[in-house]
Amino acid sequence: MAILPKIPEYKAEWKEGEEGRWGVAVDMDLCTGCQACVAACSMENNVPFVGEHDAGYGRQMAWIRVERLWEGEYPEVKATPFQPVMCQQCGSAPCESVCPVFATVHSEAENLNLQVYNRCVGTRYCANNCPYVARVFNWADYSNYPEPLSNHFNPDVTVRRRGVMEKCTFCIQRIHKAEDQAKSEGREVGEGDVIPACAQACPADAIVFGRLDDPESKVSKLSKDKRAMHLLEDLGTQPRVSYLKGGFHGNLG
Amino acid sequence: MAISASALPHSHADEHAHPAGHGVSDHEAELRKEHLMLDPKPRGEMNAMVMDSMTSASWKFWVVAGILAAIVAVALFGAWGYMISEGLYLTGKNRPGYWSLFLVHTVFWIGISHAGTFVSALLRVFKVEFRRPFTRAAELMTTFALAQAGIQIFAHMGRVWLAYWMFPIPNQRQLWVNFQSPLMWDFLAINTYLLSSTMYLFLPLIPDLAMARDRSTGWRKSVYRILALGFRGTESEWAHLRIALNIFAFAILPVMFSVHTIVSWDFAVAMRPGWSSTIFGPYFVVGALQSGVAAVGMVVIAIRYTMKHMDYFIRKEHFDAIGKLMLVISMGWAYFFFNDYMIQWYGGDSFTDALLHFHEAGPGGWIWFMMLITNVAIPWLVLWNKAWRRNPWILFSVGLLINVGMWAERYIIVPVSLQINRMPFFWGQEFKPGIEVPIFVGTVAFFILLYMLASKFIPLVPVWEVQEGQMAHSIRKYGKEPVVSVAELE
Repeated sequence: MAILPKIPEYKAEWKEGEEGRWGVAVDMDLCTGCQACVAACSMENNVPFVGEHDAGYGRQMAWIRVERLWEGEYPEVKATPFQPVMCQQCGSAPCESVCPVFATVHSEAENLNLQVYNRCVGTRYCANNCPYVARVFNWADYSNYPEPLSNHFNPDVTVRRRGVMEKCTFCIQRIHKAEDQAKSEGREVGEGDVIPACAQACPADAIVFGRLDDPESKVSKLSKDKRAMHLLEDLGTQPRVSYLKGGFHGNLG
Repeated sequence: MAISASALPHSHADEHAHPAGHGVSDHEAELRKEHLMLDPKPRGEMNAMVMDSMTSASWKFWVVAGILAAIVAVALFGAWGYMISEGLYLTGKNRPGYWSLFLVHTVFWIGISHAGTFVSALLRVFKVEFRRPFTRAAELMTTFALAQAGIQIFAHMGRVWLAYWMFPIPNQRQLWVNFQSPLMWDFLAINTYLLSSTMYLFLPLIPDLAMARDRSTGWRKSVYRILALGFRGTESEWAHLRIALNIFAFAILPVMFSVHTIVSWDFAVAMRPGWSSTIFGPYFVVGALQSGVAAVGMVVIAIRYTMKHMDYFIRKEHFDAIGKLMLVISMGWAYFFFNDYMIQWYGGDSFTDALLHFHEAGPGGWIWFMMLITNVAIPWLVLWNKAWRRNPWILFSVGLLINVGMWAERYIIVPVSLQINRMPFFWGQEFKPGIEVPIFVGTVAFFILLYMLASKFIPLVPVWEVQEGQMAHSIRKYGKEPVVSVAELE
């Protein structure tokens, strides 16, 4: 009998309090709610447009959303600051442990939470277990655009078919490109090498991306700022996205 | 030989209706009329009755079966095939309602499947005598309802054509399944339950298949000959069958309890308000028994009034006993419901609090109240009354209402609870049912159709068990009073 090759074991390996490799800091005091990040993300990552009807029914697929809520009872209402929410790339991700087929896994190289589209069978358990409601599902073949329209797809990113889950990847294709570039130049990926689409499009520079394991990077400093907090921190998911709130501009909101 | 089986209760219900002066023979005749176990028929005659009920079918039977088959073809396989080719947008699912009616119906059918094993194995273990004529019907329910649950869970998947990726098969792709996922536990538990309950259905069927083999001709005989595994009824064969049944009856009970506990873990281990509740395991098991025993009552009544000769086997005493079971289980369900609600409310988590208010006062609030009325109020108000329990119309209606209520309970747990999460930006309100509805109607039709076909192919009444029970029971005279005595035959 032939000896079967050893099947490698993929599971979330994380340590308590461990810094992530890549992180985002969102300054809510700077965010104007212009939705440029939503549009840029959708174009970069081939996020399909679901049409008016399905979007109205709650099937919109944008990977990032700009949240704004009302506080208090009418007429004494106060708007909360704009809050762009994407996948928080949790260090201890609740979505990973519930997938029956390892379609959502933690990568060792990038220390990110990956979604493997062609492994996904569509049980949608990960989406239920994500406390940030960051995941979106392809309810139909939304990407079936007719010929000239299909030319706008980004060739670096998979076009997803119906029945699979997807979510923000921190623009992993740009991370890989920058890593390859840095490797060919014989150096580490550093500050400013990777800019995801949302950060690139943000006119207010409210979204800052960078390496969390470099204490000198801008994102590291921002995430240790006294204005910084994490979403639903008490759940212990170790999110890699920090939100900054309560500075000078917050009083104008 | 120890006598451990309990005697049947004496029926004094109609005693005062008889004018004084009638002799003790009247009381004895009444006992025989009430209890199947005290009303023996010659074995040949009983076998002939069962064979007759299997082989004869009126035109009405085939008309109903044809209609059901058409519903299965169109509403189940037609609609499902269309959904596979088009995508899940045909369902009512959205964000945040990623799971909805398919999961409701999966849990619903798994719940129904529970009572089969419960009624058969638990009552067999405790030697409860009224079980004898309807264990087979209950065991069939397990297998048939699990088939429907399987259809629902596969329909739920986004890419069902890749469902085999969930099977732990060694493969060239070097891909494995995630045993950390509750869905994998669920998959393994349901498969274990399906296999073990099918074997448990088959074991007591062997002597009846042998009986049918000896009394049939043509294709039936050749099929029964294979299925009966050469059973001839020798002493050693009976001894082996008894040992095997005993082992299975005891071993399948933990499987039964585990499978619905594991189904509940799909919800209970998730990080969601309203789902992560430690009481969900027993709560789901009791809920499954609640819907399942009610369904057994409905099936028994349907068999009694639609099949030939079944009025002999299934009597009011059986309606009475099932009605009592339904009442007790309804009380158990109410206890666990209260416990679950109480602990979640007392926890004071703001999201859970919002969810509990959403259950009662949200757009689905009437479903929440309907669940409490049909699961608790109606059984408690109706089933305490012996005359009402013994009325097939009333018992059937209560059984149906309990199943509606249990459907509502699962509806509250899955799509309604999914509307409230920890990001208030994505709280949902709207939920429209889609193609899940015809697929559910199709599974109901499929379930009934499987029963109808089974009734023409295998004896729905375990003849040998009835005969065994009748041999064990006898009426003895103690002075002038007839006394029921039961002996254990083993």
